[in-house]
Amino acid sequence: MSLRFLSLLLLVGVVLAAEAKDLRVCAEPDNLPFSHEDGSGFENRIAAVLAQEIEAGLRFEWQPQRRAFVRKTLGEGLCDAWMGVPAGFERVLATRPYYRSTYVFVFPKTRPLLSFEAQDLRALRIGVQLPGNDLAATPPGHALAAKGAVEKVVGYTVYGERPAAARIVDAVAKGELDAGVVWGPAAGFFAAKAALGVAHAKAPAELDGLPFEFAISIGVKRGQKALRDELDAALEKRKPEIDAILADYAVPRVR
Amino acid sequence: MLKMEAMPRLPFVLAAALVVHAAVAEDGEWRMPAKDYASTRYSGLDEINAANVAKLKPAYSFVTGVERGHEAAPIVAAGTMFIVTPWPNKVYALDLQGKIRWQFDPKTSASAQGVACCDVVNRGAVYDAGRVFFNTLDNQTIALDAKTGKELWRAKLGDIARGETMTMAPLVVKGKVLVGNSGAELGVRGWLTALDVATGKIAWRAYSTGPDKDVLIGKDFKPFYSGDQGSDLGVKSWPAEAWKIGGGTVWGWISYDPDLNLIYYGTANPGPWNPEQRPGDNKWTAGIFARVPETGAAKWFYQFSPHDLHDYDAVNENVLVELDIGKQKRKVLLRPERNGYVYVMDRATGEVLSATPYVHITSTLGVDLKSGRLRYNPAKEPKVGRVIRDICPASPGAKDWQPSAWSPRTGLLYIPHQNLCQDAGTYEVSYIAGTPYVGADVVMKAGPGGHRGEFTAWDPVAAKKAWSVKERFPVWSGALATAGDLVFYGTMEGDFKALDAKTGALLWQFKTGSGIVGQPVSYRGPDGKQYIAVLSGVGGWAGAVVSGDLDVRDGTAALGFANAMRDLSRHTVKGGMLHVFALP
Repeated sequence: MSLRFLSLLLLVGVVLAAEAKDLRVCAEPDNLPFSHEDGSGFENRIAAVLAQEIEAGLRFEWQPQRRAFVRKTLGEGLCDAWMGVPAGFERVLATRPYYRSTYVFVFPKTRPLLSFEAQDLRALRIGVQLPGNDLAATPPGHALAAKGAVEKVVGYTVYGERPAAARIVDAVAKGELDAGVVWGPAAGFFAAKAALGVAHAKAPAELDGLPFEFAISIGVKRGQKALRDELDAALEKRKPEIDAILADYAVPRVR
Repeated sequence: MLKMEAMPRLPFVLAAALVVHAAVAEDGEWRMPAKDYASTRYSGLDEINAANVAKLKPAYSFVTGVERGHEAAPIVAAGTMFIVTPWPNKVYALDLQGKIRWQFDPKTSASAQGVACCDVVNRGAVYDAGRVFFNTLDNQTIALDAKTGKELWRAKLGDIARGETMTMAPLVVKGKVLVGNSGAELGVRGWLTALDVATGKIAWRAYSTGPDKDVLIGKDFKPFYSGDQGSDLGVKSWPAEAWKIGGGTVWGWISYDPDLNLIYYGTANPGPWNPEQRPGDNKWTAGIFARVPETGAAKWFYQFSPHDLHDYDAVNENVLVELDIGKQKRKVLLRPERNGYVYVMDRATGEVLSATPYVHITSTLGVDLKSGRLRYNPAKEPKVGRVIRDICPASPGAKDWQPSAWSPRTGLLYIPHQNLCQDAGTYEVSYIAGTPYVGADVVMKAGPGGHRGEFTAWDPVAAKKAWSVKERFPVWSGALATAGDLVFYGTMEGDFKALDAKTGALLWQFKTGSGIVGQPVSYRGPDGKQYIAVLSGVGGWAGAVVSGDLDVRDGTAALGFANAMRDLSRHTVKGGMLHVFALP
């Protein structure tokens, strides 16, 4: 009797501990290099490092990171964290940034495109990602429009099979596009596989102030300060490992 | 019509014969979302009138168990009421005393919720010859046996992974179920599809962008204005291949004129590019098509907002009436448009007879009736990084999806609408699918006068307002007009109101459980009495602050609508419920 009672107590204790110590991460099931349901994304791997550091079990909730994703996931208590959000993203409580990247040009090495000031910009077939929200565009989209390069620019929506960046890089590799201007982590990952050139993109003079670089943090639900602080400490402590993972994925980084 | 008022005691059939505008005898049902093909939302029932409406009492109610925005019209046919809820799109069949006859769960995909732009609404079902048809958020059209709730067929028409959803109510015309898609901002290519009523097989699909053959533009296409004439404009009025993801979805209303044998429906805004990146008229978005229902062949098109700058979807209702204009009786189409003008159009040809502002407008300077073109105000063009203040109307427009009603007895169009302006600009950092980007940081606010909503009675012949009632919040419900010379609508606070159709005087109101964004209807019960029914349950784009628990400290949430709705949660809470009223 007392033994059974004891084991019951133990069981309850284990369940409670497990509940208190599970890090539930919302992550996209098919969005490499960030995240994949087979665990092969860099965000998946960094999450594992952090979970280990804070001595928590790791559980992924596979959710598309789409419009209103904060409200529909963190907001509804589905998970505790998203591994990637812009630092200072006001819909979440963000950790310190753990990397900073930039939009980059992707091009065949035989024919580099290095600047929005290129003479033949309007004649080039250039691919950009389309986030698809009212009046929203990626910074390269705005830059191309400001330079009058609109007739031959091709948009790749983030909705659809395979990541937009993968489709753009494929099209550049096949010669269907002359270049792409893509968010760094995805560009670095796919361009390395396709042996394409990559160069940091800078805002043209007329759009001074338009950000091309973004620092990326982990986002937790607003008010979850204790978890945020715990993750901050873990990010600090495990920085070398995290940097090594980012290097593994050829994430272009800026200071 | 004055004669009619002088003889109110005449038997209904005789009275109807005297009234030129009354198209058909009142059957006491509400089989389609807008009551009739002309989209009048007018009930010929007159038991409830100005003299007795003060005594109107709840007859029965029904909780749907769903919390999001309830935008559907209760459909009444064959002694049964059919309700479609927001996601997960359950269907309830009730006897006309609120008892469940059957219920149906389509098992709508949960991930569809993550795709829908503006709350996970559904605008209801349609009844035709013993069948009930409705759409699910995950792009299925489903036919049910109206008696048993048994599924007859389902057709999968789109892909949520591509940002596509379906929210509109179908319409059945000549053996075809007409349905359209949503998601223009996400790079969805808009279409209207006709399904065989018996099998669900696709009879035809007309895209809103692309080559003429995809748009079903052939030799019979005769648009009134030269700007809409020419071959493959759905390709040529876009850069490169932008038409392939160009928007122009079809998520609003469809009307049908049996005499001209034409259906009418609007197309949504162009997408997903911002305007600077898609030079050209971006056809055939933000406009209206007239098509032949059997084949889908386009007859004419008119573009309300060429090269749309402000997200002025053109999906609003088209009310088909006959009016005396310039001493001539004309078959017209009334269109209270999102861009702020009431259009009166010749529905045989697509000619704009008049386009008159019904709200405060700064974004445009008028409509040139010679070319048919909307004249934009260059000072209010959104430019990223530049703050533009007081763009009126705001992105939801002078009026969004919420449908107006027409009374043939008063000759007035009753328009539920908003009074909102917006400031746009600055770089707001956002993030989606691992992609940081910047958008116009839009913040909406009340227009001149400080009220955010209005209910306007509009005289389309005189092209002016007859009367209007100001409301604190956008009037996001539909309108209902009755032969009792009453008009009904609901507020986002949850007040369901009856007004004198002639004067706008408030005659009765009832506080429902939640804010109202549904469509009121009227029917004759098995006991021969007149009933008024409406779903309450706040939500939709305007009500997402409450139904989606948005944090109103972030004014740009709900695409900027949250700022204008900060105080809504002090006035109502979420929760879907049917309310039905009758005289004691």
